[in-house]
Amino acid sequence: MAARARQPGRPASQPGGLASLFTMLGGGLREAMAGSAAPGGRPAGAPRDFDPAAVSGYPDHPPRMGFFTDTSVCIGCKACEVACKEWNHVPSGDLAFTGMSYDNTIGLGADTWRHVAFIEQRKPLAFQEPGVHHEDVDVLALASQGSGTSPGEAAITPPTPGGAGDQLRWLMSSDVCKHCTHAACLDVCPTGALLRTEFGTVVVQEDVCNGCGYCIPACPYGVIGQRNGDGRAWKCTLCYDRLIDGMEPACAKACPTDSIQFGPLDELRERAAGRVGQLHRAGVTDARLYGESPDDGVGGDGAFFLLLDEPEVYGLPPDPVVTTRDLPSMWAHAGAAAAALTIGAAGAFAAALLGKRS
Amino acid sequence: MSESEVTTEGVRGTRPGREATTGTSAGRRWRRKRRGEQPVVPPAEFTSYYGKPVLNPPVWESPDIPGYLFLGGLAGGSSLLAAGCDLTGRPGMATAAKTGAFAAGVLSLAGLVHDLGRPLRFLNMLRVFKVTSPMSVGSWILSGYVPSAGVAALCALTGRLPRIGAAATAGSALLGPAVASYTATLVSDTAVPAWHDGYPEMPFVFVGSGATAAGGLGLLAAPAGETAPARNLALFGAGMELAAFERMKRRIGMVAGPYSSGRGGRYVRAGKVLSLLGAAGATLGRRSRIASAASGAALLAASAATRWGIYHAGMASAGDPRYTVIPQRQRLRERAKTAESPGLPAAG
Repeated sequence: MAARARQPGRPASQPGGLASLFTMLGGGLREAMAGSAAPGGRPAGAPRDFDPAAVSGYPDHPPRMGFFTDTSVCIGCKACEVACKEWNHVPSGDLAFTGMSYDNTIGLGADTWRHVAFIEQRKPLAFQEPGVHHEDVDVLALASQGSGTSPGEAAITPPTPGGAGDQLRWLMSSDVCKHCTHAACLDVCPTGALLRTEFGTVVVQEDVCNGCGYCIPACPYGVIGQRNGDGRAWKCTLCYDRLIDGMEPACAKACPTDSIQFGPLDELRERAAGRVGQLHRAGVTDARLYGESPDDGVGGDGAFFLLLDEPEVYGLPPDPVVTTRDLPSMWAHAGAAAAALTIGAAGAFAAALLGKRS
Repeated sequence: MSESEVTTEGVRGTRPGREATTGTSAGRRWRRKRRGEQPVVPPAEFTSYYGKPVLNPPVWESPDIPGYLFLGGLAGGSSLLAAGCDLTGRPGMATAAKTGAFAAGVLSLAGLVHDLGRPLRFLNMLRVFKVTSPMSVGSWILSGYVPSAGVAALCALTGRLPRIGAAATAGSALLGPAVASYTATLVSDTAVPAWHDGYPEMPFVFVGSGATAAGGLGLLAAPAGETAPARNLALFGAGMELAAFERMKRRIGMVAGPYSSGRGGRYVRAGKVLSLLGAAGATLGRRSRIASAASGAALLAASAATRWGIYHAGMASAGDPRYTVIPQRQRLRERAKTAESPGLPAAG
C-alpha cells in the first residue's frame, strides 16, 4: 500500500517549500474559490456531491470518510475523549471543576478534540415511563426463569403516576471537528499548514503552523484552538495516521455504544436517514440530523450528528456559514475603499491648491 | 442527602438534596434587559450550552493586533500623503510622512510577528500565496510595502539617490491604500459576528481611520506652511470613518451591540469624540501651529481608539453566544417563511 510510506500530516501530493505554492494554487485555492461564490447555502457551481479531495489535487482518492455521531445512544462515558487524548498525545489541558453537569472540558479546543456535552432537561424521552419502582418484584424468581422470560412477563413494574417533575432526560453528545466541505480554517490559513487530505478531511501540519491564530475565529463551530505554551493551532485530524493504515479513528473504536460511527460519508448519510426514521416511529420526534445536508452554509459536514434538541442547546451554531463565502465581496469592498482613499488623498491636495489660489 | 450548616444565625446553605430539580439550570434562557436599548431582533427564545460561546474567540492580543490595524492605516495614508507632497513641492511634510509611514509599517509588521504563536516561523507566511487568506495577501503586501517605504524614508532623510527615492515613494503610494484596507478584510473574513457582518462597511471605516491618522501625523509633524493637505485628508478620513461606522451599526442591528456597550463601546465613543475634537481643532485652529499639532495628536489618538474599539467589540461578540445564535435563528426563520410562501420568489 503506497500510502503507508507517507508521513502523517504531509501527503506526497502536498510537499512543503516552493512547490506547495503551486499546489495551493492548484488545490486548496481552487477549492476555496469554488467554495466562495454565492449567497445562501451551497456555493453556486458547487454540485451537491462536491468532492473536496478531488478539487484539492487528489484525482484518484479513497472515498470521503467521516463520522456520524448518533447522540441518541450516547451514554456520556467519555471513552472517546480519553481514547483521543491517548492516541494523539493531546495534553490534559487546564481542567477545573465547572459545575456544568458532568462536563469539565467545556468545549472543543487545542487540547480537547472530542468533547462530550451533558445537558439535563425536564422533558420525557419518547415513550419513556419515568419513576418506576421495583419493590414488589421477585428478581430471584425472574432469574430462575433464565432468558426464557416472555416479553409480557418481563414487563415487571407498572409506571408510577408522576407529574412533570418526574420527567427527566439527559442529553449527551460527543462533539468533534466537522471536517467541513468548505472549511474556513483551511481557506484562511496563511502558511498552508492546514490541508485537505485524500480522505476529504482537514488536518493541521504541526511542523508548518506558525501560530498566527487566524483559523481560530474563522471556524464557525469553535473547534480549533491555540495550545498554551506551544503557540500552534491544534484540532481533530480524524486520526489521519490511522486512516492511512486502514484503521478507524480512536474515538470511534473506543465508543462502547456505537454512538460514534465511522465510515464512508455516503454510507453514513444513508444510515443516519434510516436511524432518524426509526426514532420518529418510536416517538422520538425531537430527533433531527445536524450537518448532514450538503445544502447548508458549509456544504455539509464530514462529521455530522443526530441530535435530540436544537443545535444551540448542545453549543452548536444553528445555521453556520463558511466565512469565505462572502470573501469575493469583501475583497471588492476593500478595493473600492482603497480607491476611495486614493481619490480622497488626491482631493486633499486639490483642495489645498484651490484654497491657496483663493 | 441534604447537607447544610447549622450556625448561630440559623441554617445556612440548605441544599435541595433529593428534591434537586435536575435540568433547570441547563440551557440558559436569555432574559431581555429592562433598561437600555431594545434589541432589533425580537427576543425569541434563546438557548445556549451553559452560556458558553459557540465560537472560540480570537487569540489575537492587545496591543499587538489593534496596534497592527492602526499602524497599517497610518502607514498607508502617510505614503499617499508623502507622494502628494513630493508632487506639489512640500518637502518638509514629505519627509515627515515618509518617515512616519516606514516607522508605522515596521511596527505594524513587528506587532503581527510578535503575536504569532511561533514568531520564528514568520517566513512560513511566504511559502504560499492564497487569496482566500487575507493574512497571506497582507503578508505579501507588507513584504513589498515595508522595504519600499524604508527606501523612500532613507532617501528623503539622507537626501541621496533622489531617483530611487522617487520610485520608492511612488511604489509605497501604490501599495499604501492596499496596506490601509486589507486589514478590514482580514478581520471580516472570520466567523466573529461583529466583524463578519460588518464587512461591506468595514474597509471604509478602516481607510477612513487610516486617513485620519495620516492627516493627524502630518498636522503634528509638518512645518506650518505645508499642512493644508494633511488637514484636508484628516477631515475626509474622519468624515468617511464616522459615516461608514454609523451605517454599519445601523445595518447589522443587534450584532452591533458590542460597538456601543462594554469596553469596545467605550473605545469607539472615545474615538468619535477625539475625531470630532481633532477635526474642529484642525479647522478652527489652522493659523496656529500649536492648535494644529494638538489637533493632529487628537486625530491620531482617535484612529487608534477606533481600532481598539473594533478589536474589543469583536472579542466581545465572539465570546457571547447570543451574537452567534440569535442572528442565525432569525435567518432560519426567514428562510422557513420564504419556503412556506411559494408565491414569493426565493431570496437569491
